[in-house]
Amino acid sequence: MRRGVAAFLNRKPGLRLSILLSAPMAWLGLAYLGALAALFVTAFWHADPFTGTVVTDWSLDNFETLVTDSVYRTITFRTIGIAVAVTLVDVVIAFPMAFHMARFASPRARRVLVIAVLTPLWASYLVKAYAWRTMLSGNGILHWLLAPVGLSSPGYGLTATVITLSYLWLPYMILPVYAGLERLPDSLVDASGDLGARPWRTFRSVILPLTFPAIVAGSIFTFSLSLGDYITVRIVGGASQMLGNVVFDNVGAANNLPFAATVATVPVVIMLGYLAAVRRTGALENL
Amino acid sequence: MTSRGVRYLLLAALVLGLVVIYFPLLLVLLNSFNADTTFGWPPSALTFEWWTRVASNEGALAALRTSVVAGLAATGIALVLGTMAAFALQRYRFYGRDAVSLLIILPIALPGIVTGIALNNAFRTVLGVDLGLLTAVVAHATFCIVVVFNNVIARLRRVGGDLREASMDLGADGFTTFRLVTFPMLRSALLAGGLLAFALSFDEIIVTTFTLGAGLETLPIWILNNLFRPNQAPVVNVVAAVLVLASTIPVYLAQRLSGDTNSGGRL
Repeated sequence: MRRGVAAFLNRKPGLRLSILLSAPMAWLGLAYLGALAALFVTAFWHADPFTGTVVTDWSLDNFETLVTDSVYRTITFRTIGIAVAVTLVDVVIAFPMAFHMARFASPRARRVLVIAVLTPLWASYLVKAYAWRTMLSGNGILHWLLAPVGLSSPGYGLTATVITLSYLWLPYMILPVYAGLERLPDSLVDASGDLGARPWRTFRSVILPLTFPAIVAGSIFTFSLSLGDYITVRIVGGASQMLGNVVFDNVGAANNLPFAATVATVPVVIMLGYLAAVRRTGALENL
Repeated sequence: MTSRGVRYLLLAALVLGLVVIYFPLLLVLLNSFNADTTFGWPPSALTFEWWTRVASNEGALAALRTSVVAGLAATGIALVLGTMAAFALQRYRFYGRDAVSLLIILPIALPGIVTGIALNNAFRTVLGVDLGLLTAVVAHATFCIVVVFNNVIARLRRVGGDLREASMDLGADGFTTFRLVTFPMLRSALLAGGLLAFALSFDEIIVTTFTLGAGLETLPIWILNNLFRPNQAPVVNVVAAVLVLASTIPVYLAQRLSGDTNSGGRL
């Protein structure tokens, strides 16, 4: 019996493939993609103002509120501003680190360094945000470190949010940039030197243009992750709100799921626009 | 500036960067022994009291149980689905193959809040199911699949198909080959993928917020709910320290087990 089944399957590679794909595709293709599609559809419905139940009348009212209400405009631009700031901070910190790892460290040291950068990615997001809350507090360690040089901790607010998000997503920037720099052939750098370019010129004209797609690849993570965040800003952002907070409050307290769905499309649309814009750089092959 | 000078500057940047990456995590561990309940720095005295207090904190222990159950269930589902998908994509070339691999990373590539609210909406509005532990398990499994998938497909690529073909040539059927050849070669990759999937599920908070039933708490949610209560601060910090240890140990083990540097990647 078993041999019969095995022989039958052996003759039918298409059937074997279908069986292997069936369960994962049912889960991800039907359930997950279906949920995403349903979310998009819900954005065009609205909630009954008294009961909070979803009314399936089609309209663009939610989108109109989103665009015309100055509160949501401010929050959208603030969120984009934070995401841009976080991305820039991460590029500035990650590039020198990745550069040393890829170009100067020995192969053995490289492996250790990659693991050293990777491991904290798995440490809880919440714990890291919480650690910064403790560090940034009035009597925390930042105050203790900065007070002797006449500075003070930035306290809770937008600066703290940018610092904490940059910290959280830093490894996502280091790893693609490192991979990009490691792929860069030594011969090109040597050729540039042989042709008389000084190190700075080689960096500017050879290394930077060739690793730019990798930097963009890293920025996709830092940008996307910052756009969707709402917990860090709750923990270290004081009273500031980001798009994610609007979504969260509308699912919970305000019980207006359709409007939450509308707001949630904003980061998705921004990310799709960003991905379309950077596709020409070849960044997507660096993911 | 000489190139030697640049090298030292870059080395300094690297060391400083790593210090910044690890410092907050070490501080959480250290602060779990800080006698001051507001974690003033430097600590005036060290104590084990908070650790013993956690051991009798009902809320934290219940949250730990929920986290472990959800993590194990999600890992189990992810192991099956991720392995099946990895076999399909490694062994066959078919139309839509790229779309399938994109679909597998999508739950972790989209902002967590989008995945969270999409599943919340699907459960509550579309299916009419009440949120509970099961809905959170389904959500966790969805984004854990990619971790198992990455580990298994990396191993399948490395071992190639020679041994499998040899086994078939020697007369073993498909099932026997899987049991005696393929599975033993995959075992450590499965273990590594499972550990990482569990670590991912154990830490997750955003999707969990939207898919876990009211009245239930996982450890990260317990932390968030108690974060702004001053008298809970030391206990919260101990739980945070536990999470740091509980998440980095599986990652370390997984890297030892699989021997692939990239196995620690989340994407």
